[in-house]
Amino acid sequence: MLEIKNLHVKLEEEDKQILKGVDLSVEAGKVHAIMGPNGSGKSTLSYVLSGRDGYAVTQGGATLEGEDILAMEPEERAAAGLFLAFQYPVEIPGVGNMTFLRTALNAQRKARGQEEMSAADFLKLIREKAKTLQIDAEMLKRPVNVGFSGGEKKRNEILQMAVLEPRMCILDETDSGLDVDAMKLVSDGVNALRDACRGFLVITHYQRLLDHIQPDVVHIMADGRIIKTGGPDLALEVEKNGYADILTEVA
Amino acid sequence: MAVPQVKQDATEARLAGIALPEGAGWAVTARQAALARVREMGLPHGRDEYWKFTRPDTLIAPQAPSAALFDAGEAPLFGARDRLHVVFRDGVFDAAASDPLELAGIEIERLSDAMARDIHWARDLYGTLEARGQTPVARPLAALNTALATDGLVIRVTGKPARPVSLSYLHDSETSDVHLHHVIRVEPGAELTLLENGPAAARFNKVMEVDIADTGVLHHVRAQGRDHERRAVTGSFARLGAGSVFKSFTLTVNGVLTRNECVIELTGDDAVAHVAGACLGDGADFHHDDTVFVTHDAVNCESRQVFKKVLRNGATGVFQGKILVKSGAQKTDGYQISQSLLLDGDSQFLAKPELEIYADDVACSHGSTSGAIDETALFYLRARGVPERQATDLLVLAFLAEALEEIDDDSIAEELTDRLKAWFDRRA
Ligand SMILES: Nc1ncnc2c1ncn2[C@@H]1O[C@H](COP(=O)(O)OP(=O)(O)OP(=O)(O)O)[C@@H](O)[C@H]1O
Ligand SMILES: [Mg+2]
Repeated sequence: MLEIKNLHVKLEEEDKQILKGVDLSVEAGKVHAIMGPNGSGKSTLSYVLSGRDGYAVTQGGATLEGEDILAMEPEERAAAGLFLAFQYPVEIPGVGNMTFLRTALNAQRKARGQEEMSAADFLKLIREKAKTLQIDAEMLKRPVNVGFSGGEKKRNEILQMAVLEPRMCILDETDSGLDVDAMKLVSDGVNALRDACRGFLVITHYQRLLDHIQPDVVHIMADGRIIKTGGPDLALEVEKNGYADILTEVA
Repeated sequence: MAVPQVKQDATEARLAGIALPEGAGWAVTARQAALARVREMGLPHGRDEYWKFTRPDTLIAPQAPSAALFDAGEAPLFGARDRLHVVFRDGVFDAAASDPLELAGIEIERLSDAMARDIHWARDLYGTLEARGQTPVARPLAALNTALATDGLVIRVTGKPARPVSLSYLHDSETSDVHLHHVIRVEPGAELTLLENGPAAARFNKVMEVDIADTGVLHHVRAQGRDHERRAVTGSFARLGAGSVFKSFTLTVNGVLTRNECVIELTGDDAVAHVAGACLGDGADFHHDDTVFVTHDAVNCESRQVFKKVLRNGATGVFQGKILVKSGAQKTDGYQISQSLLLDGDSQFLAKPELEIYADDVACSHGSTSGAIDETALFYLRARGVPERQATDLLVLAFLAEALEEIDDDSIAEELTDRLKAWFDRRA
């Protein structure tokens, strides 16, 4: 599904190399987790994949179902099925949540040559998805993320994911800021989307999320590289001993 | 102060060969007085304090630059409303296209008819509010209008008419040079909504004198026409009595040159005046200027100025706004915000916000900002699949929303917002 090969990325504005050869492939139907110390490049990887400005790919590449996604505009990547749940969801004053989501959904459908969804069908869809994530109607009326608590913003990201039904989902620290109950809600939301044709890349610092969203593969990222890959046990090891052992082991 | 020779020359060049329109004695007197004011002040010059950002030459040239006609290919705004519809074609009242001038709660007639009559209530107002608005800042083009205008409406609001008065300004001649003058008197407790729509002329000079008696209310919403080459200079002069309300909103899209002046005098306690504007400018030949002067001369009045401009491809926006609080105008609540969204580095916003306060117990604030599109928000929208153009449009609408919210009637605000969306969609 998602193939990342020897990806080198530097900042566009300054001569700072952030990703130094990332190799990673996420198969359809699988959940991969990425853990790693602060500043190791996890969010950068997610931004580069989704097309944010400010980064320059100096070597390597990435494909989504065989297509070179790095050559696409951000909106084309979204239409191709890529979704990033942001570590810091953005507030957009003046743009209503419903308008935002409906515009996004219909833009994606249009790009894929599908018919736009009617207002009535959309309302039905979003009500149903919001209900399972316990997002109330009042929140949907407000401007995108404005005045939302940290946890509400994260739930809103998952709502968007549930409505847009992307094929490849990247979740950047979606668990941070969530209380225990919200963590369960969000995980249920993610698990509900798990199926044979969808891939997940879950960035997290904590085992707790992985208790709910059981990963198939766990990667450790440090200093812009994947330095170790293993099964679910690897996350448990990090939880118990931190990164010191792993870092010395590969050094 | 003597008028500099260059200004005298330009003024006389403009006035050469012009004869004042005929009418009743009082009308002739008012026009002569206005013409004297024009000569006394001289027509605007680029060195005048409030003309530094906007070049007046094409507005004062003897010959109006021509303006190509523009067919928007869409239903005119406000057309679907239940309204009293009045049409002016290149500044001339079009009786055939208009509804009969009858509406319960108002007296309405054509300016030329009123000015032909020896006795008329408009006599006390025509040119009076405009003349009051000449100090401390001269507005010579408004005086020129008072001198030359023959057409327009005089409206006396005595009740609360069920329908708005809706004016359509059609532009049929590429060379039309028009002076239109309305006089509106809102009697105590009366209330009217006045809508204006259309480009009006190649060069349009409009003055609206508004006298609102105690507890009267006037809502004013206008959309200036989208003809790319049209020029407009407008002056709204409003005097507010105690507990009265004046709310005015203007939407401007296109037009090479627009100068909207608004002069408001709060003369009775507890009066409320809101002026707002939303403007969309595209291209180096777009120049839009809001010049507002609000005078607080009574206790416990509220004034709000909310102006938003979206500028791209080298467009220029100007805002000159002043709040003057006279001594004794205690408990004044004055607010002013002017903001521009610059969609590229070529566009510019020039702002001159001013506060002048001679009372000690007042709350006045003003702010002016100029900013680019929020790149983080733009990326967030695009990452959800919204194409760049459409995402920008969403953010532009969000930016303008704050000005559109100043319109009290939600259905009118919605109609303007929907129209903006439709324009965006069509271009996309
Ligand atoms: N635009 C930028 N300007 C300057 N430095 C940047 C920029 N983007 C990323 N960096 C730097 O790149 C490194 C990687 O950052 P990134 O946000 O990808 O880390 P992370 O692994 O997601 O960390 P965390 O676990 O704290 O979220 C950091 O040192 C960060 O400061
Ligand atoms: Mg991060």
